[in-house]
Amino acid sequence: MPQLNIADFPPQLIWLAITFVILYFLMAKVAIPGISDVLESRQNRITSDLEEAKRLSEDADKAKADYEEALSQARSKAHGIVSELKASMAKEQEASKAELDAELAKKAKAAEASIRQAKETALSHVREIAADTAKSAVTKLVALDVSDKDVETAVAASMKGDA
Amino acid sequence: MAAEHSPLAQFEIKRLVEMNVGGLDVSFTNASLFMVIAIAAVTLFLTLSMRGRAMVPGRMQSMAELSYEFIANMVKDNVGSEGRKYFPFIFTLFMFVLFCNLLGMIPYTFTVTSQIIVTFALAAVVFIGVTLIGIFKHGFKFLTFFVPSGVPVALLIILVPIEIISYFVRPISLSVRLFANMLAGHTLLKVFGGFVVGLGLYLGWLPLGFIVVLTGLEFLVAFLQAYVFAILSCLYLNDALHLHH
Repeated sequence: MPQLNIADFPPQLIWLAITFVILYFLMAKVAIPGISDVLESRQNRITSDLEEAKRLSEDADKAKADYEEALSQARSKAHGIVSELKASMAKEQEASKAELDAELAKKAKAAEASIRQAKETALSHVREIAADTAKSAVTKLVALDVSDKDVETAVAASMKGDA
Repeated sequence: MAAEHSPLAQFEIKRLVEMNVGGLDVSFTNASLFMVIAIAAVTLFLTLSMRGRAMVPGRMQSMAELSYEFIANMVKDNVGSEGRKYFPFIFTLFMFVLFCNLLGMIPYTFTVTSQIIVTFALAAVVFIGVTLIGIFKHGFKFLTFFVPSGVPVALLIILVPIEIISYFVRPISLSVRLFANMLAGHTLLKVFGGFVVGLGLYLGWLPLGFIVVLTGLEFLVAFLQAYVFAILSCLYLNDALHLHH
């Protein structure tokens, strides 16, 4: 086996030592710091990004809470305004309704009175006309001069019977 | 001629540039070449892919970050926070073994990790380093590592030598595991490659299909052995730091 040729050992050992030591220093001083720097800065970046995201999410939560509070406040305020308005409108309506009722009642009363008066006037005129007609009819039929007083009595009697 | 076609010929060390310092042979060999290529590839992969420093990584940057996090998590899970100091070493070890394994998968390349002396040297560095860390951290208390707790004194006579042997076998098992896996895989590929040629156009397709399947398996082994080497180093380190039992 060529590996067991002792004469070949010294050059291999020497060159192994040289190359391995060089590689060790290249790794320790150049390659490893380079890689760990990149990994570290990435880790820092990730951590800071996560923190930023957390902060932003907290801000958003706070803004949402603020918004909801403002919304509920506005809602309750609007509710108050509406109910106040409703109450005042109802009161106004009530007042105007009462006023209208009163006026209508007054008007109805006045109308009733005028109707009664007209009826009475009409009735009194009916009696007069009936009396005149009866008198002229009697005069023409029996040539008898009937006194107004008799006629009126007779008319009143017949009207009573009719009524 | 026979040696040229041997399945083991691929493991031969060839001196590309002969060098000699104070009687010591330090020639630049094909193994040295692929060690240099491996460390260049690791460095280029990890620096060029990270050059964009993108917040959202692309394909290459993802792979570089993934290998970093893979080993970082391995060290954190198996050694704990004290392991951070040793992370660059474990990371270097993993990347070096992984890239040597993977480079070996390219045809006509040389697999550095198929050399027992290389894997043994790496395992010895881990073993000696971990033992020194244990001794510096715990002093004489480190010896209690070889004494299992809650065991009758009579049994300790048997158990302590077993513990000591199993401890000192660690570098051998660690290095032989990686070496044997690489050696076996590459030898098998070469042997079946020889069958393809030997059996010719009619029957050669069978071993060729086998090679295709085996290549997939070898990529898995390349990753797995690098992973095993790194995680066992982590476990040994954890033992030295925390003296479990």
